[in-house]
Amino acid sequence: MVAIPPSTAEPVLDTSAVTQKTLLSIRNVAKHFGKNVVLRNISLDIAEGEFLTILGESGSGKTTLLRIVAGFESATSGEVWMGDERLDQQPPYRRRVNTVFQHYALFPHLTVQENVGYGLRVAKRPVAEIKTRVEDALATVKMTAYAKVKPSKISGGQQQRVALARALVNRPNLLLLDEPLSALDANLRRQMQLELKSLQREVGISFVFVTHDQEEAMVMSDRIALLRSGDLEQVAAPREIYSRPATAYVAQFIGHTNLLEAEVRGGIARCSSLSWPVQVADGPALFSLRPENIVVVSPATPVVSGRVRVRGRVVNQAFHGATELIRVQCADGLVVVVRTPSSVACHAEVELEFSPADAVPVRKSAERN
Amino acid sequence: MFSRAYKTAVTLPPLVWVAAFLLTPYLLMFCYSFWSVSAAQIIVHHWSLDNYRELLRVRVYWQTLFRSMWIAARVTIFSLLLGYPLAYFLSFHAGKRKDLFYQLVIIPLWVSYLVRAYAWKTILGSDGVLNTLLQYVHLTEHPLQFLLYSPFAVVLTLTHIYTPFTFLPIYAALEHIPRNLVEASHDLGATPGQTFWKIVFPLSIPGVLAGATFAFVLSLGDFLAPLLLGGPGGIMISNIVVSLFGAAYNWPLGAAISFCMLLLVVSLIFLSEHLERKWGFS
Repeated sequence: MVAIPPSTAEPVLDTSAVTQKTLLSIRNVAKHFGKNVVLRNISLDIAEGEFLTILGESGSGKTTLLRIVAGFESATSGEVWMGDERLDQQPPYRRRVNTVFQHYALFPHLTVQENVGYGLRVAKRPVAEIKTRVEDALATVKMTAYAKVKPSKISGGQQQRVALARALVNRPNLLLLDEPLSALDANLRRQMQLELKSLQREVGISFVFVTHDQEEAMVMSDRIALLRSGDLEQVAAPREIYSRPATAYVAQFIGHTNLLEAEVRGGIARCSSLSWPVQVADGPALFSLRPENIVVVSPATPVVSGRVRVRGRVVNQAFHGATELIRVQCADGLVVVVRTPSSVACHAEVELEFSPADAVPVRKSAERN
Repeated sequence: MFSRAYKTAVTLPPLVWVAAFLLTPYLLMFCYSFWSVSAAQIIVHHWSLDNYRELLRVRVYWQTLFRSMWIAARVTIFSLLLGYPLAYFLSFHAGKRKDLFYQLVIIPLWVSYLVRAYAWKTILGSDGVLNTLLQYVHLTEHPLQFLLYSPFAVVLTLTHIYTPFTFLPIYAALEHIPRNLVEASHDLGATPGQTFWKIVFPLSIPGVLAGATFAFVLSLGDFLAPLLLGGPGGIMISNIVVSLFGAAYNWPLGAAISFCMLLLVVSLIFLSEHLERKWGFS
């Protein structure tokens, strides 16, 4: 039996934001539409200056949760607090929260600068103040040149920036973004991800960002809250959620993984012909093993003590640019996905090796339809 | 793509139809407006501007035209005042009963115009429902005479008849407003009142213009309501046209008035379309 040092888990890369003061507190929020349960007992805190992403598939309830915070939907039960102010009983126009909508929702009859100044005008700020703040906001999103243009005359990416300026000019405590990048094409999307992230650092406002794109969530967030059919599966920093997924669903939703259904007895997990030492209780257990944690080794190399070795045949491969994903069928029928930096021929016989520490125990996700 | 023969086959019949039953009658009417009637009651095909001079000279034509426009203007205002809130309520607050309410607004359109006009006659007459009720509860001693055979009765009836026509384009315009604009406005701190005046109403203006044009143009040319309910003080320009073409047997003068009306209405429609385009956002 190989002893595993207790510190095999990577240090949790919690961002400083998490330890800061809580800005928004979602407490036991549930939402039912008739018999349809959209959110179950959600509790989530958002720290000041944090970039939190609510990640989930369509129908997971992520947009509903956002709309409850914004005030467009009321929760069936539960509370939303901002500091010591109860938010969920306030109409949306009294909340110090602004939203960037999925399809931007720019007012078509107003020019870009009128759109941006809208919030300040309805708040009856002095004209001079409105003028300078609108100019500043447009400069921040590099849209000064389009100030006097109607929204229908500018591109999707530009509309996006205007929507952002329109929300930020009001200096909200919290900015909500509902899949704001989903209508943009891939290149512009990547560019906007980085811009949004640096903008958030610059203005220091908390962002709650909703997306179904796990890559986007990983790139931008301080923390990710993964929602599944109305339940929070895990809330953690991107690195942690990737390397220490709490459930099988999280492991599969974020990146690729091999889910190993093993039987643990006396500190040894067995899955088909594989066996490795673990620190979990006896009984059936699920393990997530990332493809990049399995390496292809030449049969000649001696087995390093503590590492698990298995033989198999490559059944297919897929080119992913810098790396390749190959599917390897082991002698006993178990198929694992492996990420390799170099090309491996299809049908080749290979030896695979992984460290037991990389097989992360995960909870079985509850069955949902 | 469609073949040339197919395109011709599809477009020709309606073109022939419009030419035969719309353009030709208008052209005939235009010609008639320059002709005259002899003492022997025969149409004389002699071209002159006499009919138009007559129109400018005789005050009763002018007065009636202005009265008609004033009646049409009141009908427009009242049907907007009734139609807009109704359309707004249906579009934004009726929820699941939206379709039911919509049908309720539409159903009167299936009822014959005459029936609706006569219904008002029974309601407003000396022995009508309203007067009987007012006397029964002793609000009045004698039947109120101004209720029927007055411009009031005409405005009331036409408002009733044309309100669905103003309602429909306003409703369509309101339904086209993306609801996330309303949410965005609330999100940016605008109260429901501010949101209505700054977002919803400006975006519904094309519908309001279309509805107002409907109400004004349709009631300006109406002749049945003034005939049935207008009395001597409620005569409208179309009643004059009808009598010129009928009892008076002066088709040329009737045609001249009709042509002026046509010009007025067509320019109104063009103006309204121009404004709708100017206010339309896409």
